[in-house]
Amino acid sequence: MHSSLAERLERLQPWLRRRLIQGGQALLLAVLSVSANIALLVLSVLALAFTVLGAGLFAFPAVTLAVRDLANLNRRIAAQWTGTEIPAPYRPEPAGAGLWGRYRWVVTDPATWRDLRWLVVSIPVGLVLGLLPLCLVGYGLEGLIGVPVLLWSLDVWYGYATTWPIDSVFEAVLSVPQGALLVFLGGFLAQRIHQLHAGFIRALLAPTPTALLTQRVQRLTETRSDAMDAQAAELRRIERDLHDGAQARLVALSMNIGLAEALMARDPEAAQQLMAEAREASGEALGELRDLVRGIHPPVLAERGLDGAVRALAMKLPLFIDVDVDLPGRPQAPVESAVYFAVAELLANVAKHSHAEEAWVRLRHGDGRLVAVVADGGLGGADPAAGSGLRGIERRLAAFDGTMSVASPPGGPTTVTMELPCELSSPKTSPYSETG
Amino acid sequence: MRVVIAEDLALLRDGITRLLQAFDFEVVAAVDNGPALLPALIEHRPDVAVVDVRLPPTFTDEGLQAAIQARARIPGLPILVLSQHVEQLYARELLADRSGAIGYLLKDRVSNVGQFVDAVRQVANGGTVMDPEVIGQLLAKHAGTEPLHPLTAREREVLGLMAEGRSNAAIAGRLFVTEKAVSKHINSIFSKLGMPPSDDDNRRVLAVLTYLNA
Repeated sequence: MHSSLAERLERLQPWLRRRLIQGGQALLLAVLSVSANIALLVLSVLALAFTVLGAGLFAFPAVTLAVRDLANLNRRIAAQWTGTEIPAPYRPEPAGAGLWGRYRWVVTDPATWRDLRWLVVSIPVGLVLGLLPLCLVGYGLEGLIGVPVLLWSLDVWYGYATTWPIDSVFEAVLSVPQGALLVFLGGFLAQRIHQLHAGFIRALLAPTPTALLTQRVQRLTETRSDAMDAQAAELRRIERDLHDGAQARLVALSMNIGLAEALMARDPEAAQQLMAEAREASGEALGELRDLVRGIHPPVLAERGLDGAVRALAMKLPLFIDVDVDLPGRPQAPVESAVYFAVAELLANVAKHSHAEEAWVRLRHGDGRLVAVVADGGLGGADPAAGSGLRGIERRLAAFDGTMSVASPPGGPTTVTMELPCELSSPKTSPYSETG
Repeated sequence: MRVVIAEDLALLRDGITRLLQAFDFEVVAAVDNGPALLPALIEHRPDVAVVDVRLPPTFTDEGLQAAIQARARIPGLPILVLSQHVEQLYARELLADRSGAIGYLLKDRVSNVGQFVDAVRQVANGGTVMDPEVIGQLLAKHAGTEPLHPLTAREREVLGLMAEGRSNAAIAGRLFVTEKAVSKHINSIFSKLGMPPSDDDNRRVLAVLTYLNA
C-alpha cells in the first residue's frame, strides 16, 4: 500500500532537478538584473546628459536600442519560463530618418521612458527575486546540517532561526525542522519566482492600452493603404481590359453590322459575309467579358460559395486535389472573395512549381476564425520572402486582419495556413424550401 | 416538339422563343423565375426544356437545382441548361442520374442558330450535349490520367465529340473518317472503359460521365 522509500526518492529526483534548474535560472536573473541593468542605466543617463553636447544625439538612440534588446530578452525569458507572452510596445523606426529623426523617434516613444523605469526598478527586484530562493535553501541547509553538528562538536554561542541564542541541545536540534521548512520554502519559491518575475515584467514592460491602440492604428493605416492600392490597380486593369478588349470589339461589331445594312440590297453575298464576321466578333467579345467577370468575381463563387467554387477550381487543375470544406454558413462577400483568390493562387502555384501529384485544401470555421489550409506533397522550398505572389496573398489577407504562414522545407511537403477573423451568415436555405 | 423555357432576361427569353418557333418548336411555357419552373415542368411535361442556370429570386443556381429536381420527379425529362459560364462541377451534377437527355451549353451558343437548334433536338431525342468549353478543359486536364489512360489519342478525340453530343455521322464528318471507323472506335472505347452492352444504361452517357469524372 505504501510505496517504498526507493520509489519515493525516485519520484523526488525529477522534482529536485526541476527545483535546481529553476534555482539556477533565478540566480542568472539576479546576475543579469544587476550587471546588465546597471551598466545600461549608467549609459542611458550619460547619453541623455550628453545630449546637450551633441554626442547624445547619436548615443542615446544606440543605448535605447540596447535597452530594448535587454527588455526583449526579459520578455523572451518570461515567455519561455512561464508561457507569459508580453508583446513589445515599440513604435517602428521611421524609414530614412536622419540623426535628429532617430533621436526624436526614441525620445517621443513613451516605451523608452517606461523601459528606463523598468531598468531602475528591476535592479533591486531582480536581485531579491533571484537570490531569495538560494538564500532560503542555503540557510535551511545550514539548519539541517550545520547547526546540530556545530553544537554537538563545539560548545559555542550560536543562534538559528527562531532561537537566539541556542542554550540547550533540544534547541539546537529544533533547527532541523526549521531548516527543512526553509529548504522547502526555497524550493517552492524557486518554482514561483519565475511567475513573479513574469508578472513584474508584464506590469512594467507590456504595452499600455494607449500603446496597443497606437500599434493597431498603425497597422490599420498600413493595411488600408495596401488595400486601396490593390483596389486601384484592379480597377485600372479592368478599365484597360474593357477598353482594349470588349469595347473595341463591340465598336467593330456595330461597324460591320452598319456596313452589312448598307450592302444588303446591292451585294447580299458580301453582306452575309459581314454578318458572319459580326457574329464571330460578338462571340469573342462575350468570351472576353466572361474572362473579365471571372477575374473580378467568379460566377460559381456567387452561386455556390467557397465550397463549390474551390471544388470547381480543383477540377480544372491538372492534378488530384482533395477538397474538404466544412463551413456552416457563408462569410461576408469580400472575405469570401479574398479567401477564394488566395486559394486559387496557391493552387496555381502548386500546379506550376511544386511538381506535386496531389494537393489538399481544407476550410474550417471556429472561434470566429476561418482557417484555410492548402498543402501539397511536392518539392517544397516555397519562400514567402522571395515570391511576390505569396506576398500579394499576405497583403490581400492583411486587409481583413488575416494572417498566412508557410511551412515549406526543401524536399517538401508545403503547407500554407491562412487565418481570418470572420463571422459566417446563417446557412443558405434552399430556394425551393418555401414552395416545396 | 413542345418546349418550356426558363430565362429571366426578357430580351433573351423572347429571342429564344422566337428562334425555336422559327424552327417549328411549340413553346408551351416561358417562365422568368426559379420557383415557377418546377410546377411548369411537371404540368406540361415538355419534350425538352431550355433552362438558364441563374434565375431569380436568389440569382444563384436555381435553374440548375430545378432541373435536377424535375428529373428526380420525371426521370429522363430532357433538359438543356444554358449558362453564362460553364463548370465541370455543374455538368457532373446534371449527368449524375445517368439517364442522359441532358445538355449544358454556354449562352453564347444561342447566337450560332443552327448549332443551338441542333443541340435542342439532340437533347429532346435523349442525347447528351456538353459544351465544347467543358470538353476543352477536360482534354487539357486529362492528357494521360487514369482511367482514360488506355484510350488512344484518336479514341479520346472521339469521346470528346461524343460528349459534345454529336452523332456517329457527325463525328465521322468532323474527323474525316468513315462512319464505320467511328463506330469501331466507339466500341473500342466502351470495351476499354469496361461497359458491356446493356439495356439498362445509356453507354454513351456512361462514357461521358467517366470522361467528366476522370
